[in-house]
Amino acid sequence: MSLNIWRFASPQAFYSLAGNLIPWFLVAAALLGAAGLYVGLLIAPTDAQQGDAYRIIFIHVAAAWMSMFIYTVMAFWCAVGLIVNTRLSFMMALALAPTGALMTLIALWTGSLWGKPTWGTWWVWDARLTSELILLFLYIGFMSLHAAIDDVRRADRAAALLALVGAINVPIIYFSVKWWNTLHQGASVSLTRAPSMARAMLLGMLLVALAAWMYSIAASLMRVRSLILERESDSDWVQTIARTEAAT
Amino acid sequence: MTAAGHARRGLAGVFAAVVRRDLLLAVRRRSDVLTTFFFFVVVVSLFPLGIGPEVDTLRTIAPGVVWVAALLASMLALARLFVGDYADGTLEQLALAPQPLLVLVLGKIVAHLLVTGVPLVLIAPLLGLQFDLPATALQVMVLSLLLGTPVLSMIGAVGAALTLGVRGAGGLLALLVLPLYIPVLIFGAGAVSASALGMDVSGHLSALAAIFLIALVFAPWATAAAIRIALE
Repeated sequence: MSLNIWRFASPQAFYSLAGNLIPWFLVAAALLGAAGLYVGLLIAPTDAQQGDAYRIIFIHVAAAWMSMFIYTVMAFWCAVGLIVNTRLSFMMALALAPTGALMTLIALWTGSLWGKPTWGTWWVWDARLTSELILLFLYIGFMSLHAAIDDVRRADRAAALLALVGAINVPIIYFSVKWWNTLHQGASVSLTRAPSMARAMLLGMLLVALAAWMYSIAASLMRVRSLILERESDSDWVQTIARTEAAT
Repeated sequence: MTAAGHARRGLAGVFAAVVRRDLLLAVRRRSDVLTTFFFFVVVVSLFPLGIGPEVDTLRTIAPGVVWVAALLASMLALARLFVGDYADGTLEQLALAPQPLLVLVLGKIVAHLLVTGVPLVLIAPLLGLQFDLPATALQVMVLSLLLGTPVLSMIGAVGAALTLGVRGAGGLLALLVLPLYIPVLIFGAGAVSASALGMDVSGHLSALAAIFLIALVFAPWATAAAIRIALE
């Protein structure tokens, strides 16, 4: 059997492929998430310095990883869309953005909850926190620009260009915030001085991170399916689906 | 003269023509330029009133206040960068011209910089005096603004082109552009603060210069691409 993956660049083919894949990713997300939280909350030992408050990192680290990774993937699909002019790439980028913004928000929120008992403050102008906040602004800018333009083709291309400009800027912003932070002697606590982790902690963190991957893929695929239906609503195959749905 | 020579002079000639045209338009509509300028002055003057007249506090916050006000003033002026040309079809003609759109866009950015950036650079030392900054810090402020305002105009041009003819363009422009301004703010205000504390500023200014060069490579190209998307 020969499998031609380029076939799935067509929205119609990808629609059914995504439909078949979503349950698998959802089940994987639930299983990995349950296992990760079990290891993290019940098996991993209490930290000698931070007590049980550190356990929030099992969610925090996974969300922070995803927030940055999703932006990269989004920028990648934007570049693909602008270069080879495929409709599905833009839809994929647009479908990823809300999940990325959600992960950024979770990372900021849990970071703040962790900071209060550990650092004694809800917020410090640490390089990582500040960069994460700016990343949230970039996600919001991407979605706002897309929402503000009525013509879908123009909205796709304009937002894609913005995502690429942001992608070039992310490392510049990160390093400038980092240097700014060291110059100002702002936060005296550093995340990099964290003590070496017990094996169970690492395992729990990795399991939750994998669960976050599976969830993000499933959520983005669900969103991209809606986008495909919305944009292809004039085509025969969508009409057929609509008729069969209405009949049942 | 060779054909290549003709082409080169042609390119420079078109660039100069765009700059001259935009400057002429600015002179004819002086109020636009003056609004940006006075916006900058008023915003900076508000801070002592809000924070209090203690000289030590004012001296500490002066670099940040002047730079944030410069960011906002530069952004305010962006709204007009392409809108008029977009509305009357000039932008379409520029995009159709045989010369690369990149050069024409660069001309518009330079004109915008001369009209909005340079006045800010010139008035900034006076505002710095009100905040009791030492003379060396004032010099660094002028230098950092000279390096930084072109970057603000270039990054801003991308945002202005992306939001052409879009609903609620003004607020959206701020949302898109201000986060991208952050590195310029950090190194610009950082240079002035460091100089006020008697520290070496060459690191900050080098970083600003590096950001300027990166912006010069990418921003006009991205602006031209954004204009083509808007005109489709």
